[in-house]
Amino acid sequence: MKHRLTFAAKKLIRMFFLLLGVSLVTFMLVSVSPLDPLQTNVGQVALGSMSQEQVEKLEAYWGMDTPPLQRYMGWLSDVVHGDLGMSLLYRQPVASIVGERLANSLWLLLFSWAFSGILGLLLGVIAGTLRGRWPDRLIRGYCLLISSTPAFWLALLLLLIFSVWLGWLPIGLSVPIGMEASAVTVADRLRHAILPALTLSITGVANIAMHTREKMIDVLETDYVLFAKAQGESTLSIVWRHGLRGVALPALTLQFASVSEIIGGSVLVEQVFSYPGLGQAAVTAGLGSDLPLLLGITLLTSVIVFGGNLVADLLYGVVDPRIRRGAARR
Amino acid sequence: MRTVNRRKSTIGFLVIVLALLAAVTVAGMILEDGAKVTDFTRTNLKPSLQYPFGTDWMGRDMFLRTLTGLSLSIRIGLLTALISSLIALVLGILAALGRKADAVISWCIDLMMGIPHILLLLLISIACGKGFTGVVVGVAVSHWTSLARVVRGEVLQLRQAPYILAAEKLGVPRKTIIKNHMIPHLLPQFLTGLILTFPHAILHEASVTFLGFGLPSEQPAIGVILSESMRYLTTGQWWLALFPGLALVLTVMMFALLGERIRRLLDPASVHE
Amino acid sequence: MEPILQIRHLSIDFTQYDQGVRKRQLQVIRDLSLSIYPGQVIAVVGASGSGKSLLAHGILGLLPYNGHMEGELFYDGQPLTKDRMKRLRGKEIVLVPQGVTYLDPLMKVGDQIRKGKKDKKTVQRCRAALERYGLEPETETLYPFELSGGMARRVLIASAVSQSPRLVIADEPTPGLDLRAASRILGHFREMADEGAGVLLITHDLELALAIADRVSVFYAGETIEEAPARNFLDGEKLSHPFTKALWQAMPEHGFVPLSGSQPYPGTVNRGCPFAGQCEKCTPACRETAHIPLQRLAEGSVRCLNVEKETVG
Repeated sequence: MKHRLTFAAKKLIRMFFLLLGVSLVTFMLVSVSPLDPLQTNVGQVALGSMSQEQVEKLEAYWGMDTPPLQRYMGWLSDVVHGDLGMSLLYRQPVASIVGERLANSLWLLLFSWAFSGILGLLLGVIAGTLRGRWPDRLIRGYCLLISSTPAFWLALLLLLIFSVWLGWLPIGLSVPIGMEASAVTVADRLRHAILPALTLSITGVANIAMHTREKMIDVLETDYVLFAKAQGESTLSIVWRHGLRGVALPALTLQFASVSEIIGGSVLVEQVFSYPGLGQAAVTAGLGSDLPLLLGITLLTSVIVFGGNLVADLLYGVVDPRIRRGAARR
Repeated sequence: MRTVNRRKSTIGFLVIVLALLAAVTVAGMILEDGAKVTDFTRTNLKPSLQYPFGTDWMGRDMFLRTLTGLSLSIRIGLLTALISSLIALVLGILAALGRKADAVISWCIDLMMGIPHILLLLLISIACGKGFTGVVVGVAVSHWTSLARVVRGEVLQLRQAPYILAAEKLGVPRKTIIKNHMIPHLLPQFLTGLILTFPHAILHEASVTFLGFGLPSEQPAIGVILSESMRYLTTGQWWLALFPGLALVLTVMMFALLGERIRRLLDPASVHE
Repeated sequence: MEPILQIRHLSIDFTQYDQGVRKRQLQVIRDLSLSIYPGQVIAVVGASGSGKSLLAHGILGLLPYNGHMEGELFYDGQPLTKDRMKRLRGKEIVLVPQGVTYLDPLMKVGDQIRKGKKDKKTVQRCRAALERYGLEPETETLYPFELSGGMARRVLIASAVSQSPRLVIADEPTPGLDLRAASRILGHFREMADEGAGVLLITHDLELALAIADRVSVFYAGETIEEAPARNFLDGEKLSHPFTKALWQAMPEHGFVPLSGSQPYPGTVNRGCPFAGQCEKCTPACRETAHIPLQRLAEGSVRCLNVEKETVG
């Protein structure tokens, strides 16, 4: 037990420093940018017609008058006090924007994550077991096709088919345009989330299925599966008893590692469906050089990704008897 | 026994795919000017024999635009994959040789893995002022992590390999060991990694451009074409999105198949297949 | 009495790629014939890498997908077809494999022996099998990584024979064990034979094999080169093949004379006697005869052109 606590503590400390690194790198990348936020957001013409005083005021607002390092230290000390700063584009606290956007994205992400994980595992196990036969070829072909398809084009295609041609589903936005927030029903929200969720699920499956297939093939070639066959176990029983057991641990790691991919995919997919989630906010913040918002979003997604890795590591220790028992006996 | 076995068919496949990709690349470079021609007598035409991919609202030939876009994608893919793989090779070897370097590099890898890839690409692109530089630098410096790990593992394993330890004890010069024993093992892994980086590089370039952080809109890049097509989806110009996307998928798929086939060919375990 | 297992002219080969794009067939076992009677232990002895394990997998119909087997198998007088093998596997015909890698590292020992069944009868049979091989009931709750080498092998035996089989195929069950543990494990196989089962013991250790086997078949580069009663190995004169004689001389109690040279890999010899390179009596005929036949002798058989029937008879 003590062993595992030390392990978790070490991981947490590493995670803390990695997050610090992420914030520093993000800050540096945006600070060195030659892009002028005033030109992007106010426009050349408007700037030209402004007085020197007004321009200086704007420069102060966008933080251009402070050296980057000083800005970073200021931002950091605010974060330590629980303040993520103000979004320059939205003129609202970053925390509240990020919170609202995350709430919109969360169900989308969770659904796609769970769905692609389960389906990917299933397809991988089937393909690995029936290696070389037609279901395997079919699944492999599907995975190759999907992993060669940009998520945003798949989104466009689904939009074209289901919204434009068939007219079954709405074109975009998470709620009908012009509707009061209170009048939005759960059904409305669902209808708008179907296509983004579908796109993310379809793309997420490929990677997990292919890795699971490889692992399944490895397991089926082990000595212990040979012995199980020699003992008269049926293929189904071998897959159920040995195959799933062997695939479970790598699948766990893979599933939690896929968090990052799903979030990345959501940036593209939300853009196509103009779904007001976290990913879309990231693009807006990036295009508008809204540093505090961009920092907030990057930090939040990193927390989710690192958190996922941590959970996977800890679960591994619980599930794998070699670690669980090994630690207990030491 | 079949007369054409898997290895022979793989080599045939390689030749055909490479020829095809080379043809697309060259054709796109030659036809680039044609892709930018606007002609308002032929706007919004559906695909036909004359214009296989149709024309857009400015009367530009979508087939030429797609070809040029693919050519651009392939060239950027080649450039970025090459840079990325070289970074991977250098960092992988460094990580395998020194413990401090290893710690620093693995920390960097963890850090990069912690930021969703697309977000990282956007950030790097912003840092470089977007445009061609932004997307090339972004894609080039963010695709080395997995290959670096492979190289590191391979070098570590090689350093402990009995025949290399024996060669060291026998006083074989370091250079000879590296040349005769290490490079022949690393090269196949490196080449496979390089080719398998292409598909990712091309897809990420298109994605970054699509989001508006990559190639400028006057370039007929696939990402630009598809981004523009969004505005015309509801008005019925489906061909603007369908064909360029499909062409990109096919190109990427060819690279992916190529990499997969080469990996199998170079994998010692494939002798049994 | 009818043999429990009869193998006639068995060959196993593999399809492989050479350098480049050529495919080739690699023959690992060539023209093997063997009979096992109930109550007998037949030992197949050969050096590591001579294709012995594949013999076990081949009989059980468990060759990898690029492997191919030819020849005839008879079990209990009837042809042993794939379907029949499938039905008998794990019940009448069992495999005792080499070591701990044949146990699922993520499954408790008890679950592996019970093969997923949970009824009372199976639970009891599992307990009994463990007890028979001197393993505590708690062994059931251990994972393979918690077992010692000797324990793992006893678990494998218990797992295989918990069904009271009629034919036991033991594939190299002793390496890595000290002499006492190895003899103890081999003792278990003798016991099974004494209870009426036929045992095929595949091993590289001639001495240990001689301790329990009734007959010994010596394997060289994928071929049986001599088959004889175990007692013949007590006296070097009674052995016929130059390689077998050399093996006898190499045993510590017979002078420890080493044999120079090394065995060719299976599949590398296409013509003539595979032992030609190491043999003192090698004649041009030995190298040129395409396939040297197995000659029947009074008490066994030998694959050598220089053995005359009358001199041994």
